[in-house]
Amino acid sequence: MATNSNFEKYKSDGSLLGSVLEWVDARFPLTSMWKAHLSEYYAPKNFNFWYYFGSLALLVLVLQVVTGIFLAMNYKPDASLNAAGLPVAFASVNYIMNDVSWGWLIRYMHSTGASAFFIVVYLHMFRGMLYGSYRKPRELIWVFGVLVFLCLMAEAFMGYLLPWGQMSLWGAQVIVNLFGAIPLIGDPLSIWVRGDFVIGDATLNRFFAFHVVAVPLVLIGLVVAHVLALHEVGSNNPDGVEIKKVTDAKGIPLDGIPFHPYYTVKDIVGVAVFLMLFSFVVFFWPEGGGYFLEYNNFFQADPMKTPAHIAPVWYFTPFYSMLRAMVWNFFWLDAKFWGVVAMGAGVVILAFLPWLDRAPVKSIRYRGPIFKTLLTLFVFTFLVLGFLGTKVPGYYFFGYQPATNPDGSIIFSPLNYLLSGDLIAQAFTVYYFLFFLTMPWWSKIDQCKPVPERVTWK
Amino acid sequence: MQTCTGKGDLEMKTMQKLKILLAAVLFAPALAVSTAALASEALHLDPAPDVSGDKDALQNGARLFVNYCLSCHGASALRYNKLLELGLTEAQIVENLMFTTDKIGDPMTVAMTPADAKKWFGVTPPDLSIIARARASADGSGADWLYTYLRSFYRDETRPTGWNNVVFANVGMPHILFDLQGEQILDAEGKLQPAASGTLLAADYDKQVADLVGFLTWMSEPQAEFRKRLGVGVLIFLVLLFGFAYALKKEYWKDVH
Repeated sequence: MATNSNFEKYKSDGSLLGSVLEWVDARFPLTSMWKAHLSEYYAPKNFNFWYYFGSLALLVLVLQVVTGIFLAMNYKPDASLNAAGLPVAFASVNYIMNDVSWGWLIRYMHSTGASAFFIVVYLHMFRGMLYGSYRKPRELIWVFGVLVFLCLMAEAFMGYLLPWGQMSLWGAQVIVNLFGAIPLIGDPLSIWVRGDFVIGDATLNRFFAFHVVAVPLVLIGLVVAHVLALHEVGSNNPDGVEIKKVTDAKGIPLDGIPFHPYYTVKDIVGVAVFLMLFSFVVFFWPEGGGYFLEYNNFFQADPMKTPAHIAPVWYFTPFYSMLRAMVWNFFWLDAKFWGVVAMGAGVVILAFLPWLDRAPVKSIRYRGPIFKTLLTLFVFTFLVLGFLGTKVPGYYFFGYQPATNPDGSIIFSPLNYLLSGDLIAQAFTVYYFLFFLTMPWWSKIDQCKPVPERVTWK
Repeated sequence: MQTCTGKGDLEMKTMQKLKILLAAVLFAPALAVSTAALASEALHLDPAPDVSGDKDALQNGARLFVNYCLSCHGASALRYNKLLELGLTEAQIVENLMFTTDKIGDPMTVAMTPADAKKWFGVTPPDLSIIARARASADGSGADWLYTYLRSFYRDETRPTGWNNVVFANVGMPHILFDLQGEQILDAEGKLQPAASGTLLAADYDKQVADLVGFLTWMSEPQAEFRKRLGVGVLIFLVLLFGFAYALKKEYWKDVH
């Protein structure tokens, strides 16, 4: 898109509002920013269902910030016990639920918003994979997006400690202990992160500071960079063709329409549908079956009582499965260390997608059977890894009971292996990485179809 | 484009597949719940009768809670005046339910300190404010757990209190309601059998426990009924908003083709 200086400044029509606008425009690029990013930002006219999730992610971000501000007014990051024997932080959440006017609504919006954020962002990322939105010249948009995703994970992880329930404490304990697996610096590093030898008041206070100030600042900055980069190169579309190639005399893409009003009114429809689903959860299903608010987290944090099963919240479970899948010690290093590496690499590898994909076309509409098959498998493995991450180690599908030797070891038989959650998680972790690592090869040899010059309608 | 006219169908099919996939993503939690229910180690819980709309039952539950539970267990998230929402009057609450305070805005706490409780009982009796939510699991709702638990105490002379529980093995709490229920023992098959009768018949005891559990459930989220009523209004509003938004979009998009 054109830079701000290319837009004319507003000339007053003599009305009061017009004069004010002219005054502002002489001092601040208001009209030109409005035009550059909304009224004269030309987006392809063929956006489909998958293109709602960007604006929805922005909506959820605003919801989280606003509800978060109101929660912070009443929440107390304090692990000490009150007169009733409850941790002050835990009791302050109860206080928000029962005593703060509309506190329950604000809290449910925030807790549901966390899960909604990940649902929307996962679908948004998947859209990028469907239509090759990360391909040249949009590599930086994608890289900023992966950084946003990383920030979001940090934000969610630290926020989850704040209610100071059992899962808050023990989830954080498990994850921070992972730093201990890093050779040499591991132990001092995890103590440095916690500010204590165990997850305690110091940890709670610093996580609160990060959750409400530091991470949101970085997150919002990255989101701005993400959108600026997008508006610099222009949006991709379900056909994966560049609309800027075919323009009218004024340089306006023939297949482009101004974002405002066309996509603003369209996105409002998406917002209405999203809010219906969101409100359904907030008002009728706030615990999300124990997945949005884990039941065990309604117990106060107790460092003396380790829960039988510590599971992260659902949106971390695919990566948690990858962590648990690493059970071998390589190169004198503990399996736990490789688990950390696998979990981190599982996220970071996404950033390399623009350079791993060598297909001559962008969109799934014109890509060949190899991509379609492997992507379908990829989605399947990701969902199964997510499912398995919520289960205890040693889980078997369909309630299967493996046959064991007298000494308790598992007998070698196909079903014992095929239905073992642990083994499936390992196999699918391998597939997850192979999908990316072999992409330069299979994306090049896939049978692609000819891409049209202009965008098409479904 | 001629490449696209023939492609239309294929494209539709891909979209359809993707939509199915999306549905799978959205319903994955539900699937997880249903498969979790199939898991072998599931605890058998008796479903708790739903008394959420029954003010008399909830008032009776409040009475039982104050008389039997509140001496050891606090409900610090709940203030006495919240009980007004159960249809009780201020005078009724002050006269019949408040023993440790004379301020109706005070939280329902116990007189002993957590440290003393720990010294005397070995363990601090947990605050019960949101116990009905904490006890929920893949095996059943928190109410189901509590309803089963309070009916599953049995005599066990190996325990310091003389009591044990099927649902909560080696529980620290003795059977507080035993004068109502009487005594149970565990038979050779691990089934509960009545051993001595209490002041109530089994069915009446179950009814009392149902009321108590109903109160505990209400207490864990006193605004739950209001939340659902409000939710209906919000959804109706959003359906209307959707209608207007859709009409607006249609109107604007007429000229895009």
